[in-house]
Amino acid sequence: MKAILALEDGRYFEGASFGARGERSGEVVFNTSMTGYQEILTDPSYKGQIVTMTYPHIGNYGVNEEDFESLKPHVEGFVVRECCRYPSNWRARKPLAEFLAEHDIVGIEGVDTRALTKHLRDAGAMKAVLSTEDLDVKSLVRKAKESPGLIGRDLVKEVTCPEEYRVPARGEARFRVVAFDFGIKRNILNNLSKRGCEVLVVPAQTTAAEVLAHQPDGIFLSNGPGDPEGVPNVVQTVRELIEKKPTFGICLGHQMLGLAFGAKVCKLKFGHHGGNQPIKNLASGRVEIAAENHGFAVVRDTLPSDVDVTHMNLNDKTVEGMSHRKLPVFSVQYHPEASPGPHDASYLFDRFIEEMEHNRR
Amino acid sequence: MPKRTDLKKILIIGSGPIIIGQACEFDYSGAQACKALREEGYEIVLVNSNPATIMTDPEMADRTYIEPLVPEVLEKIIERERPQALLPTLGGQTGLNLAVDLANMGALDKYHVELIGAKLGAIKKAEDRSLFKAAMARIGLELPQSYYCYSVDEAMAGIGQIGFPAVIRPSFTLGGTGGSVAYNFEEFERMVKWGLDASPVSEVLVEESVIGWKEYELEVMRDGDDNVVIICSIENFDPMGIHTGDSITVAPAQTLSDKEYQIMRDASIAVIREIGVDTGGSNIQFAVDPTNGRMVIIEMNPRVSRSSALASKATGFPIAKIAAKLAVGYTLDEIPNDITKQTPASFEPTIDYCVVKIPRWAFEKFPGSDPRLTVQMKSVGETMSIGRTFKEALQKGLRSLEIGRYGLGCDGKQMRFRADGADADTIAQIREKLRTPTPERIFYLREAILAGFGVDEMYALTRIDPWFVNNMKDIVEMEGRLRKANGHVRRIMRGEIEPSDDKEVKAFLKEAKQFGFSDRQLAHVWDSDEIVIRNVRKRLGVEATFKLVDTCAAEFEAYTPYYYSTYSDEDEVRPSQKKKIMILGGGPNRIGQGIEFDYCCVHAAFALKEEGCETIMVNSNPETVSTDYDTSDKLYFEPLTLEDVLNIVDKEQPDGVIVQFGGQTPLNLAVPLQKAGVPIIGTKPESIDIAEDRKLFRQILDRLGLKQAPSDTVFSTEEALEVARKVGYPVLVRPSYVLGGRAMIIAYDDEHLKSYMALAREASPDHPILVDKFLEDATEVDVDAVCDGVDVVVAGIMEHIELAGVHSGDSACVLPPHTLAEHVVESLKQQTKALALALNVIGLINIQFAIKGDDIYVLEVNPRASRTVPFVSKATGIPWAKVAAKLMIGKTLKGLGIHGDHKLDHFAVKEAVLPFIKFAGVDTILGPEMKSTGEVMGIDRSFGLAFAKSQLAVNSYLPLKGKVLISVNDNDKARIVPIARKFAALGFTLMATKGTGAVLSSNGLEVEVAYKVNENRPNIVDHVKNKGIALIINTPLGKASAYDELAIRRAAVDYRIPYITTIAGAQATVSALDALISGGLSVKCLQEYHPNAP
Repeated sequence: MKAILALEDGRYFEGASFGARGERSGEVVFNTSMTGYQEILTDPSYKGQIVTMTYPHIGNYGVNEEDFESLKPHVEGFVVRECCRYPSNWRARKPLAEFLAEHDIVGIEGVDTRALTKHLRDAGAMKAVLSTEDLDVKSLVRKAKESPGLIGRDLVKEVTCPEEYRVPARGEARFRVVAFDFGIKRNILNNLSKRGCEVLVVPAQTTAAEVLAHQPDGIFLSNGPGDPEGVPNVVQTVRELIEKKPTFGICLGHQMLGLAFGAKVCKLKFGHHGGNQPIKNLASGRVEIAAENHGFAVVRDTLPSDVDVTHMNLNDKTVEGMSHRKLPVFSVQYHPEASPGPHDASYLFDRFIEEMEHNRR
Repeated sequence: MPKRTDLKKILIIGSGPIIIGQACEFDYSGAQACKALREEGYEIVLVNSNPATIMTDPEMADRTYIEPLVPEVLEKIIERERPQALLPTLGGQTGLNLAVDLANMGALDKYHVELIGAKLGAIKKAEDRSLFKAAMARIGLELPQSYYCYSVDEAMAGIGQIGFPAVIRPSFTLGGTGGSVAYNFEEFERMVKWGLDASPVSEVLVEESVIGWKEYELEVMRDGDDNVVIICSIENFDPMGIHTGDSITVAPAQTLSDKEYQIMRDASIAVIREIGVDTGGSNIQFAVDPTNGRMVIIEMNPRVSRSSALASKATGFPIAKIAAKLAVGYTLDEIPNDITKQTPASFEPTIDYCVVKIPRWAFEKFPGSDPRLTVQMKSVGETMSIGRTFKEALQKGLRSLEIGRYGLGCDGKQMRFRADGADADTIAQIREKLRTPTPERIFYLREAILAGFGVDEMYALTRIDPWFVNNMKDIVEMEGRLRKANGHVRRIMRGEIEPSDDKEVKAFLKEAKQFGFSDRQLAHVWDSDEIVIRNVRKRLGVEATFKLVDTCAAEFEAYTPYYYSTYSDEDEVRPSQKKKIMILGGGPNRIGQGIEFDYCCVHAAFALKEEGCETIMVNSNPETVSTDYDTSDKLYFEPLTLEDVLNIVDKEQPDGVIVQFGGQTPLNLAVPLQKAGVPIIGTKPESIDIAEDRKLFRQILDRLGLKQAPSDTVFSTEEALEVARKVGYPVLVRPSYVLGGRAMIIAYDDEHLKSYMALAREASPDHPILVDKFLEDATEVDVDAVCDGVDVVVAGIMEHIELAGVHSGDSACVLPPHTLAEHVVESLKQQTKALALALNVIGLINIQFAIKGDDIYVLEVNPRASRTVPFVSKATGIPWAKVAAKLMIGKTLKGLGIHGDHKLDHFAVKEAVLPFIKFAGVDTILGPEMKSTGEVMGIDRSFGLAFAKSQLAVNSYLPLKGKVLISVNDNDKARIVPIARKFAALGFTLMATKGTGAVLSSNGLEVEVAYKVNENRPNIVDHVKNKGIALIINTPLGKASAYDELAIRRAAVDYRIPYITTIAGAQATVSALDALISGGLSVKCLQEYHPNAP
């Protein structure tokens, strides 16, 4: 069955449908990871986005029971060169297409994904519509133009947990952490839990007072979809909390922290989405290879003088990490929890533990 | 960290001659390292015995030594050059082993040479299995269970715990030499013995079998700041149990989830840190149990490897170049990524295509060899292909192999089995073919699919992952759809009806192309013709598009034009308006067509760049310098078939295409390309044809008054017999249009000739067979020359040391000739000039002559680059391939200032390197069919010393004392006496078989007589095995003693004893030993030999 991906600038790609049928709109971005599609699909940060994978064979190892980053896939649509019908891996439980169909995710294959990627690289990430129903390009382009896009939009409310829940520490519970769920990835919780943190995951709109009532040792600000400026009241909450508790932010959490510090956030042309980004730790001089998934970034020059940039992306020199000089508050733009991606930066979770330990004394 | 300033001079060791397991990938890595370090201002001293390398070009290093790669010689070079550092990680296992030897003998300490890249401790930890095992245990990684043994008894005692099958791996060898799998006690004992012998330290590892597990490799790089990145992951199509060099491999890994991949990545990083490779690349191999994911580590190479070359070509990340820069102190984030320019090298390449590497074997060259694939590598070359999908890449790879296949079957060359109606017998045969890994197995998988085998069954038989098998099934099913195409489609494809805007046909055709089907396959399935299909395809708008290899999956703009073809929507090529010359490379290495031709292609690219042309390289061999994206202005990594080359020509519209440098591969394309209107520059294809056409060629010889051995061209066995009787036996018989003497023999009688004819028809069915009178006892000479159409300059005259009859590629030769009279040499020059002009040669020409007394016979003329061009260039100091390339674009010899009067005051000897050690049991006799894989050069002031160096370079040692075993035929008995006398005078003792012994003792020599194999025990083979023999001289005695000779030759190879089969060779050897014993060796670099070289 035919499917079409039409971009707001009029460019379109024909292909064959896989997964669910239907019509979806979103911002189309490309991801350069060669493995990890299951984690990418189920990462809530992709809410509002149609993801195209640059690696042409997707679905090779199927979908398994373990590699979920949340309960279900969140992408708006999925674009690949070839979707594998015959997964081969000892953990595989079902083919990718079947999984997407079950979760009502529209997929398109047979697309010249490299041409699409080059287009996005040159023209920037843009709004698009993916459809198996309406095959009229003009109509699809119009719909793409009219779709909401990401800027200023609160997507967090669509993926945050409806109510708080507790993740027990693995082994002895040494710390209590309140984690804001802006679309939190499961492996972040695993990383905290296995380091002895009992984690209370709270909805994005939880107030500072409610958080402090739990008497946490530390606050965690999670990853999540879209534009941090779409959720201004959360930024206000963060501003209140960082004065009081050790705080660690990842990805959207990092951007929220930036806004809370009074810095500005800008939209990147096509963002960083992949598992091979070179991040320089400016303190040690070492390079970490990291997974990234973001379209917005904290603007370096707008950071106040008591905040240091700690990490930098070597490809485009953008801010990848920051740390407050006086407060035990730090964050990174990239994903130390990996999943998918390299494990080079897992030390950041250790640092969070140290900050909490230190603050307690 | 900035680069080190305490180092000024760095020694780099090359990997020596091309052998199985160590091919031109190390020329690629070494050449990259030389360039990278000279760029940084270091003075480079390079040592390699292989003249056919780019790295030994005098402009690649400051001091270039073409000297034997043995520790004693290396020490002399160190003593002379006093480098501060030695970079041992770019010269393969040879380079690494030599570094260890130099360290162990104290040479590095004595001259204060620092090992950079990898220190001695790290090398030992990675190479010594027990140290490695302990290191892996420290970081919590599992190895297959194993134990070491130093004797057969120890091996037998331990096998109980491991069980069968068991893997036997000798320590410190390369290419897995001697490694094998035993399924029972008897095999086990035999293989352990062999393994103990193959190991230079007589140590064998017996290992739990992980046969059938999935095999992976990761290419890792580390810098001095301990940053580690993974450059590429590789998944083997063939399971564990088949050496990775003999496996089809795929990049990136296909069937690992991110979780599993990251575990492997973490393990690799832990390994490189624990082993302690300071800087540079390493290759780490893993096996994974497909049922539960249990991962064990197989081995780690603390150096750049064959897989690194593949990974570099597969990703665009130049591992060797970066490794060299890291070795002198840079960190990854300080080095820019050449391809993107804007981003640093401290990242992990991501690719948006699929890469398939397929090995190429040469079992047909070694009758009697076992074509089963095992843990010991046997392939002689490889091809790499890039496609957007595995299916496309696999089919492209199979047609790149140049084995007469145009994809996964469907090319008119089916195997024995029919698609439908497979009976029980057929099914059983296919099963057997799947169970046994051989070069043909991949084609039998197609047969199995056609015969209705299930994927599970095919997996059970082959242990090839179902993902691969399913993809192949997709291809075969696509073939089925093509076969079922309706009459309308077929008529269009036969050019019978004009395709109007036929969207469905277009979509169908495009899909087939996306599955990698070649026009040849489509022509086969639709009863059409390749060119017709091509034209229809183009009219329908189904054309190849070219995409970039850019390290980053298009995330950043790429500045390096490195392309592959696929069938998609967007094409990324931006043809320029400059004058463009396309150079067609040689494809996968094979015996007879290897690095020498790549060397010529690379020189053509360099030369034409100097002349301001844009150069476009087309090749499919990942091991080569020609496929370095730095070599030419544009690189197309594509199969060398008519279709693929024409697609590039369509896109680029080159002003000229060069076919005479890449060996037979591009030459075979010359005529069809010309027919398609492609401008071939240099010698015209018509002239190439004349040289191959005996009748036309004879007319030219007659016209010029030159002699040729009586000969004729035949098409049938009857004709062959008639010619043989007319000219008299022995006759030399061979098919026309083959390189490396494929299927060439000397027939002594009718029976021999008859049995040969059957085989020859198979090797070259479309071409006639040549029958020549064989000139016994003649001296053979090779001449290379260049011609601009007006003037001819002789580049070099090489006198063969073996008599005529041994393939020129296998025989040692010396330049300048050392026994030929002045007037003979002059006459050779005149004849060469006359022939070059008569054939209208523009560029290179190679002529083989046989000289008997004062008579000169023309044996063969090749109006193209020959295998000897690099040797002649190194020996004379003139880059002849460059000269030839410039002539092809209209320069003249006069204009270039090239004249023929270079006098040499040194001798250079080329010696061939043979792969018999890899092929158990096969006969090692040399004949007109080429069997060598590589070559070395010895250069010195006298013939004796140059020859000694060449022998040292081949054998690693020459005995200076000990027992010489002599057994010669009656013709040679008189001539052997003075040689034996000289050996005795040098202090050797003599042993001989009865007849030879009688002659020697009657001439007053003291000689011990040994039994022949069929006479009594201990016989000569026993003596060889007991290592009581230092050197063997054994000239063929004719049919009667064939068995005896076979046994001696084989034993000599297995026990690595220098073995000489001709009187000429014996003479050369004794003069070499004389030179060695009286004076010892001294070393001298090319820059000193050729101070005025251009």
